[in-house]
Parts: sequence; C-alpha cells; structure tokens
Amino acid sequence: MDASKRQKHKLLTLFFTMMYISAFTFGGGFVIITFMKRKFVDELHWIDETEMLDMTALAQSSPGAIAVNAAILVGWKIHGFPGMIVAVLGTIIPPMAILSVISLFYQLFATNQYVALVLKGMQSGVAAVILDVSLSLGINVVKNKRWIHIALMAASFIATFFFKVNVMWIILAAAVIGIILCILERKERKTI
Amino acid sequence: MTLFQLFLSFLQIGLFSIGGGYAAIPLIQYQTVELHGWLTASEFMDLATIAEMTPGPIAVNGATFVGLKIAGIPGALVATFGCILPSLFIVSILSLIYRKYRDLPALQSVLGSLRPAVVALIAAAGINMLLQVVFGGRTNIVFSKTNWIGLILFVSAFFALRKFKLNPILVMVLCGALNLLLGVAGVV
Repeated sequence: MDASKRQKHKLLTLFFTMMYISAFTFGGGFVIITFMKRKFVDELHWIDETEMLDMTALAQSSPGAIAVNAAILVGWKIHGFPGMIVAVLGTIIPPMAILSVISLFYQLFATNQYVALVLKGMQSGVAAVILDVSLSLGINVVKNKRWIHIALMAASFIATFFFKVNVMWIILAAAVIGIILCILERKERKTI
Repeated sequence: MTLFQLFLSFLQIGLFSIGGGYAAIPLIQYQTVELHGWLTASEFMDLATIAEMTPGPIAVNGATFVGLKIAGIPGALVATFGCILPSLFIVSILSLIYRKYRDLPALQSVLGSLRPAVVALIAAAGINMLLQVVFGGRTNIVFSKTNWIGLILFVSAFFALRKFKLNPILVMVLCGALNLLLGVAGVV
C-alpha cells in the first residue's frame, strides 16, 4: 500500500470507529472516553495511555459536549485537520440519525417495556466497561509509586464521589497542585 | 430568521456548557422553553427522556430534536453545527498548544497531576452507574431492593472484560440481550 492509500485507510478506520463507538455509548462523556481508550490505546495503539488521559482532562474542562471535544483531540492527534473533521462527523452522525428516527414515534419508544429491558441490561455492561478501564488506569497510577499522585487520586475520588464537588474544581485544584510541585522541584534542584 | 436564531441559541449552549451533559440541560431548557418557546415544558421532559435513552451527547440530541421540530432537517443541521462550533475552535486551539508545549516541565507537572484526578473521576462515574443499576440510585441502597439480575450481569461482564478482553461493545449488547430474554421469560 502506498502512503496516500494508507492515509486514506487510516481516515476511514477513524471515521467508522468513531461512528461505531458513538452509536453504542449511552450515558455521558466518560462512557465514550472509556470506549475510545479501549479502541485507540489498547487495540489500535494509535495513542498512548498518558496522552489519552491528558485528552480526557482537556475534553472535560473545555466547553461543549465531552464526546465531541474528545473526538476533536483524537482526530487532530491521529490525522491533523482532516482527522478532526472525520472524527467529529463520526461522533455526531449516529446520535443525529437515531434521534431523528426516534423523535417520530417516541411515545411508542419511551413506554415500550422491551426497550426498557434492553437498556437496563446494557447499563450493567456499561458500568462493567467503565470500571474495567478505570481499574487498569488506577493500577498504573499506583505502579508509578509517586505517593503524591496516589494521594491526589484518592482525594479526587472522595471529593467527587462523597462530597459531589464540581468536576471543574477538582481539575483546577489538580492543576494548581501540579504547578506547586513544579516550583518545589525547581527549588530543590537549585539548593542541590 | 428562525434558522439563524436556532444557530445562535445552540451556539450559546455549546459555548457555556462546561463539564458535559448535565451542565447542558438547564441551558437547553432556558433557550428552548423559556426564551424562545420552541418547546413546551412537557416536550422538554420528552426530550430529556429520549436523550437519556439514546446514544450521543445531550446537546447534540437536543439540537437535533429542537431543530427538526422548528425547521425540519436544515434546522437540525444548523442547530447541531451551532452547538459544536465553539468546541471546534476552542478545543482545536488547546490541541495545538498541548502538542507544542506538552514536553515543557511545567506543563508535564500539571498534566502529571491531572491524570490521577481524571482516573478518579472516571472511576466515580462507573461506581455511580453501578449503584444506579443495582439499587436504582445511590440514595436508596437497601439490601432487599437489590437488582440481582443486574448485579450478576455486571459481574459476568466485568469478568469477561478483564479475563478474556472481550470487545466492550459486544459485552454491552450481550448484557442488553440477556436482560431482554430474562425479562420475556418472566425472571425479572
């Protein structure tokens, strides 16, 4: 395969992967990000794990839908501007198409007990996917053995889960701690 | 004129909803119900229900729903474009900055601290979803109200993912299909 053909192939893979992920991910931005991590980091090896986490933080703290923001970042990373366009289209086409069809006869859809059963079952699967991915990510944080990062992870979890602190504040606080750490490390180096 | 108004409304929704879907809902309500009267309060409830039951970001779902109702397919396209336009600009700029400066020690240090926080946020989202499935929410964790089928599905799915590295979408679809089968058989 020559270079331009390979590029085209990569764009097509990106487009159909995003369509596929987007068509099946119910319930919020973190869900789609965990699916993207499984696909782009674990399967295709197009993005490494730390970069995927950086993208998650950027997508979460920018205005707009997390899924669209993540698609923009992944698209730029994989194939520049065309990659970004393709990734965004892949992300928004499935929900637009599905919603257009469903809004025509939504009464039927919203009250149908079989639809409710399928959705309820799928929630179990989604919870399993998210917790599987976060367990792997958490193990990697612990393996790095930087106690400050482990403490930061524990504190963020307690803040968001038990105290319902707004996600924006948590990200801001983590960034500030990062800046302080950087300044401290510099001072240490100077004194040595 | 309506098309332009739709575009502007959803542009604002896209620009001011920081932190995902739950931040977008009150903005969509303000723009579509209170400000422009495109939806009645009960139609808005319908929209929230459908958005919850279908894939995709709530803002994109909202834009499609309202756009279709007000101005047909062009309305849906214009509204959706409006709500993703701020992201296209802002996130693209962030992406360029990230790519250019990610190796600076200061940015490395900031990102290094953000990563563990992000892991915690994802984990918390997963646990909340699990509590939703098993107990119908985190506020009523009562042993007698446990959804055992949901719990068993979760444990099997988790095992399949960790042990056999099964495709996550396949796992999810299988969970849906199994729950449907059990429901039709009268177990649930």
